[in-house]
Amino acid sequence: MKHHLILKVITKFMVGVIVLFGLYVQFHGDYSPGGGFQAGVIIAAAFILYGIVMGLENVQKVMPIWFAQKAAALGVLVYALTGVFSIIFGFEFLNYHAISPEHPKHGQHYGIILVELGVGITVTFVMIAIYYSFAGRTPRLDDKEW
Amino acid sequence: MALTLKHLFAVIMLSGAFSLVSAMLFVVMDAVDVAFTEAAVGAGVSTVLMLATMALTVRVQKETKKPILLPLVVVCLVGVLLIYGTLDMPNFGAFDSPAQAHLGSTYLNITYKDMGIPNVVTGILASYRGYDTLGETVVVLTAGLGVILLLSGLKGRKDKE
Repeated sequence: MKHHLILKVITKFMVGVIVLFGLYVQFHGDYSPGGGFQAGVIIAAAFILYGIVMGLENVQKVMPIWFAQKAAALGVLVYALTGVFSIIFGFEFLNYHAISPEHPKHGQHYGIILVELGVGITVTFVMIAIYYSFAGRTPRLDDKEW
Repeated sequence: MALTLKHLFAVIMLSGAFSLVSAMLFVVMDAVDVAFTEAAVGAGVSTVLMLATMALTVRVQKETKKPILLPLVVVCLVGVLLIYGTLDMPNFGAFDSPAQAHLGSTYLNITYKDMGIPNVVTGILASYRGYDTLGETVVVLTAGLGVILLLSGLKGRKDKE
């Protein structure tokens, strides 16, 4: 897509907005609809949009393959360590009261934000890594073929 | 229309549009979380992945000589059975439906008391059902690993040879 000037300009504008909306869905998920999974997919969609319009090399400068593949595991680690944190402080696995025993509600709040963050990280980078796997094998298409 | 199309690009675009329409259906039924997911995954990411797959394979469906009568009958039969199945379901939004009457109302009552957050869906997913969500996250990671191993692994082997 070498000559699609309008697409490129709009994409540059939209990527920021989409990521911002993804972060809103992520961190406002306990008050409004949404949560880690939805936010992860939305943020990944921003990177995929950038990759489609600007080319795979350009998006991989921003988000290298190795980073996407390793960060996908990081999300599960954040989630599981939140649970282990509870065990260390003498509560059950994933019992968020451990985070703030005096204020169980606050503990629940922090715990939910943490695990949602873990889900969001994993989903974002898994989606990006899957897109890279597919797009990396794709033979380059001329615009005429579409 | 999608039945008679041979150009896979158009079929993929139609399935993306279908996803978007079903996302709107979910919004109408107040399942906004599901609608988010359907719009982003169904209409967005999976359409892109289908296009990438099509770019790897072919763009036009092969002509087949097989008769289409039997598949058509089977599809119609399953459709009729599904519609027959919906006759027993409670009306849309009925207050005495099983989904509203048993566990749902309990969660609606206790979530705010336990956690102080208004979004019951998040409360159930992340706290009451934290184990399940951890499992789901691992499933997503495993799916990603599978695709990476299947699609990127071949390339590395080719480079070595």
